[in-house]
Amino acid sequence: MRLLEIKDLQITFGGLDALSGLNFHIDKGEIVSVIGPNGAGKTTFFNAISGLVTPTDGDMFFEGESIVGLDPSTVTSLGIARTFQNVRLFPNMTILENVMVAQHCRTRQLLYGALFQTRAFKQEEREIRERAEEILGFFGHRLVGYRMDQPAFALSYANRRRLEIARAMATQPQLLLLDEPVAGMNPIETAELTALIGRLRSEWGFTIVMIEHDMKVVKDVSDRVVVLDHGVPIAQGSYDEVSNNPDVVEAYLGRPVEAR
Amino acid sequence: MSAAAALLPSSALHQDWRKVFRWGLICGGSLIALCLVGMPVELDRREIVERYLSLGYVSVLLVPICAGWVAATQIVLEGFESRKQGLYDLVTGLLVGVLGGGGLSLLMVALDSWNLRDPLVNWSPKLLRFLTYENGMGFGAGAWIITCGVLGLAGASLHVVPRVVRRVVAIVLMGLLALSVLESAVSDLSEGFRLEWLADLIYAKKGGLTLTSALVVGIVMAVVAALTDGRVKAVTNRYREMEGMERQKASIVLFAVVAVLCIVLPIFLGKIMNELLANVGIFLLLALGLNIVVGLAGLLDLGYVAFFAVGGYTTAVLTSPNSPWFAPELHFGVSLIFVVIFAAIVGLIIGAPVIRMRGDYLAIVTLGFGEIIRLLFMSDWLGPYFGGAQGITNVPGVDLGFATVKGTDPRSVFYLVLFFCVIAIYVSWRLQASRLGRAWMAIREDEQVAEAMGINTVSAKLMAFVVGAVLAAFSGAVLAAKVGSIFPTSFMILVSIIILVVVIVGGMGNIAGVLVGSVVLIGVLGGPKQPGLLQEFQNFKLLIYGILLVFMMLKRPEGLVPSARRSRELHQDEFLQDAWLKGDKLGIDDDEIETGHVEEESR
Ligand SMILES: Nc1ncnc2c1ncn2[C@@H]1O[C@H](COP(=O)(O)OP(=O)(O)OP(=O)(O)O)[C@@H](O)[C@H]1O
Ligand SMILES: [Mg+2]
Repeated sequence: MRLLEIKDLQITFGGLDALSGLNFHIDKGEIVSVIGPNGAGKTTFFNAISGLVTPTDGDMFFEGESIVGLDPSTVTSLGIARTFQNVRLFPNMTILENVMVAQHCRTRQLLYGALFQTRAFKQEEREIRERAEEILGFFGHRLVGYRMDQPAFALSYANRRRLEIARAMATQPQLLLLDEPVAGMNPIETAELTALIGRLRSEWGFTIVMIEHDMKVVKDVSDRVVVLDHGVPIAQGSYDEVSNNPDVVEAYLGRPVEAR
Repeated sequence: MSAAAALLPSSALHQDWRKVFRWGLICGGSLIALCLVGMPVELDRREIVERYLSLGYVSVLLVPICAGWVAATQIVLEGFESRKQGLYDLVTGLLVGVLGGGGLSLLMVALDSWNLRDPLVNWSPKLLRFLTYENGMGFGAGAWIITCGVLGLAGASLHVVPRVVRRVVAIVLMGLLALSVLESAVSDLSEGFRLEWLADLIYAKKGGLTLTSALVVGIVMAVVAALTDGRVKAVTNRYREMEGMERQKASIVLFAVVAVLCIVLPIFLGKIMNELLANVGIFLLLALGLNIVVGLAGLLDLGYVAFFAVGGYTTAVLTSPNSPWFAPELHFGVSLIFVVIFAAIVGLIIGAPVIRMRGDYLAIVTLGFGEIIRLLFMSDWLGPYFGGAQGITNVPGVDLGFATVKGTDPRSVFYLVLFFCVIAIYVSWRLQASRLGRAWMAIREDEQVAEAMGINTVSAKLMAFVVGAVLAAFSGAVLAAKVGSIFPTSFMILVSIIILVVVIVGGMGNIAGVLVGSVVLIGVLGGPKQPGLLQEFQNFKLLIYGILLVFMMLKRPEGLVPSARRSRELHQDEFLQDAWLKGDKLGIDDDEIETGHVEEESR
């Protein structure tokens, strides 16, 4: 079944077509990578899905319902979570709080429960905390223990990226959008995170769209690859198909000399 | 410069002249400004030590001491060895003081030669007489230059003497000053405890300490200060380092002590002090409410006074028989229900249009709304309903069956406002550690990301607005019952500003900070219209508020009692350094804790 379907998406900033005529779909349980040179419109594509920018034209359906023009928070509560290319945590909140606050749209308690400390409130707080700890535990020893009560700004770069994924997981999405999850990581960390992305699908059941420049990661985890160039999809298919596509090679490396 | 060389006179004269002149100018400039503001002359009548020292002279004499101290302060960078301070610094202080005294002398000459009374109202022969001791220019100038020089030297010498001496001197000077300035409060207190004789002993008949009592009390304070040296710090450190259960227990004990004090103390206090406490309570309630809006949710609301007004007017209309249009004469308790409802409605009405704005825009627009509400209550248009400029009079007290809370009995008002403050503290405390509180924090950090993480920012922010509005309205209701009448002039924009200053100076986002802030500012300095302990400073209150705010923003932006989160936010580098040192101790790889900056968040 189509989880997300995008038809003729068009996004224009001033006179610049950041995306045009983009058709895209992803089925439940797939991992799809979006690649393309810098400025191709990949992040803009994520921004459009998550409601941060409004499309100029086109339709987007999540589980059959249109999500065009919805607030980012509504999109998230429908089941789409994302990370940011330039890690954007809540730097002064603790690591635990970062993950707890992301469960906002899955929980209900408001003023009354908090003021009168109702049983439902306490129960919910306990569940929020347990779930947060469970999610942080997914990343091994790195984000748990004494670290949980440290502010997010104290984390190393790689750990910030991990925490951002944890925070996205905490919104309990069906579709996870990862914007360059391994950017800035060293080869060991990259390999480790590549394995984790696979486990995100097998253990947590997430469907994943990932923007990535690291071709080894793309090759290892994706079922399908979509290539964007100047806002236009130029190729689609398995990694091998795409990597041998002359258009793609051209987009990345420029036209071969002899063909000029 | 090596330590040994610093002791030689030649190198002592090898000053950092730029620094000396800068601080000399600052010292002289502040002295002149102080004189032209009129503080010394006006406070000259108030005796500190009978016949020897008036508050007017103290206000002037403190300046060179502070300037000398600051100018001789050495900035020591982490990891560098500090230079041993000595003669060099004393010379710095002396020169700064002399330059300051020179400033005063110039002022004297100017006062004598020209008449600038027109723009400067305090440009008067009186000021000249104050400065010259009625002894002629030459004497005056010489005396001030020498005095200021000596005081600058004294300020600088505080760096040179051992720590204990510094502490003793500071405590004795500040203690004597406080004891003398707070005369009315101390007398009032001693009366309550039937210790009038003690007050009579300390204070002279015409006000101020007597010389003997100043000496005796000074010696007692010195002994106490010397004996307690280091102890206080040890206790607070121990409290800070406690963990889990132990800390909780200590907190409960602390809380119980404060609670008992709050309940028992007013019984022994006289009318003036209870009045003061009631005012502190009213502003504390406002500050607690604003703390939720600004401190927790990060919405800079400069029109907070609007909700204060709504609470006051709702209570007045519903309880007073003199309400011009609709006078149901309800009981205070019943009207409180409507206060909550109307405050929430007005919170929504003002909040809905402004909540989508960010930062500065929100501040400006709410500032406008705050003023609009006051003007509406004052307008001819709503005059028939709310009494216009005449306001609504004859608001009855709160009839509790066994007692009536009204303005003539400030003790009862204090208890009433204490009740509301306890509610406000409870609400702030519970909300902080709830789903909503976390959402507010996230919004404060990065609104766009909070939205992308599934938080409906509009409704969360509205909720903060409404909770804050209700607390402010409670405060307005208490004000109506206390004063017995409500006028538009009670709700000037200045109220908003002062509450904001209370929250900032106290410590934004921290309940204890807000508490300390309102006690210090409202209790000691006084509210916009309410006198504080320092009644002498009434005319200079706003000046002092301004200076205090600037000083705090520069030196301690996290407030007097900062919240852990906020001081972490403002001192990320220090925190990272600490974490790195701690991590090192625990044997964790360095690369795990990065010492980089967090990218500046777009606000
Ligand atoms: N808010 C905006 N306003 C105007 N132009 C924008 C905006 N956001 C993106 N763009 C432009 O749209 C184009 C696509 O940007 P986008 O960030 O989507 O690229 P990208 O594929 O993610 O590149 P990279 O690999 O460098 O992350 C760029 O030319 C960018 O300058
Ligand atoms: Mg990008």
